[in-house]
Amino acid sequence: MDVSVLAQATQEVAATGGGTAEQVIFWILAPIALGSAVLMVLSRNAVHAALWLVVDFFCLAVFYVALEAPFLAAVQVIVYTGAIMVLFLFVLMLVGVDRSDSLIETIRGQRIAAIAAALGFAGLLIGGFGRSILDQPDLGLADANAEGNVFGIAKLLFTDYVLAFELTSALLIVAAIGAMVLAHKEAVRRPSQREQSIARFAGQHPTPLPGPGVYAGTPDTDEEPMLASGAPVPGGPTDFSGSSLDAPGGAGGAP
Amino acid sequence: MNPGYYLVLSAALFTIGALGVLIRRNAIVVFMCVELMLNAVNLTLVTFSRVNGTLDGQVMAFFVMVVAAAEVVVGLAIIVTIFRTRQSSSVDDASLLKW
Repeated sequence: MDVSVLAQATQEVAATGGGTAEQVIFWILAPIALGSAVLMVLSRNAVHAALWLVVDFFCLAVFYVALEAPFLAAVQVIVYTGAIMVLFLFVLMLVGVDRSDSLIETIRGQRIAAIAAALGFAGLLIGGFGRSILDQPDLGLADANAEGNVFGIAKLLFTDYVLAFELTSALLIVAAIGAMVLAHKEAVRRPSQREQSIARFAGQHPTPLPGPGVYAGTPDTDEEPMLASGAPVPGGPTDFSGSSLDAPGGAGGAP
Repeated sequence: MNPGYYLVLSAALFTIGALGVLIRRNAIVVFMCVELMLNAVNLTLVTFSRVNGTLDGQVMAFFVMVVAAAEVVVGLAIIVTIFRTRQSSSVDDASLLKW
């Protein structure tokens, strides 16, 4: 994403008086932004919600270009749709995408109450500060962007806001370390011989399981195999009566 | 063009985000709704930047983006940790501080 292209687009938008071109952009993209936001809230599948949010972020990036903020538009595309949404999708795949939200309300009437509260809140916001600004003259950023938008932001960032900028570096390092501490898991360690022995005796089989073909009345190979009646298993390793072992030359053994 | 339209749009986006936080229960989707609210505020800041004719609003929107990035990293790490302990990312299941 080239910032100079965005700056050129911004100048062209401003050159047309910020009138028709901006209005066309706004009235096409505002319904898309609103619709994708609503669909994001309503979509059951979390991956679909993430994709609708990407659409919304792209719309906002175009709005930033129309509002003469090309640097923020580039940052919006690179940081939000590039980095943050990829992180979201990464965690979604990690957690498992096949589980969709259940539709059962845990608090009765919560959805109705939430929608009513949201409508009231929207009325308050739009009626309150939307009306107070509607007849405000728009000063425009032609002077502030005279040397270029990036230059102007950099000048402010490294003079008036340098303290906040330095604090930002501290915030980022704390966030990185915090994420590592939170998401870190103990490495898989091979259990010691003592732990393996304790685990074996705590389980069902202290000795190894008998191999296939071994008949036994108990699951234990330490004891002699016998039938349910208690007699030795005929033909078993402890049954020597009439065994084919005594018969010289008995090829077949059992008749 | 009248900047009031942008403010109305951002107010509507903010409200939709808040509504999503209230009614959704998948922690990751709740998090996305918070992101939408932050972006709506960013649109307001950029609009006011143009109304005032200075770039301060854009610098503040830039800081909001930085804080949002840090918040997403820590928040998603918390969600992964919660998922590891109780095999669910629903905010209803995370009702205790310990397991």
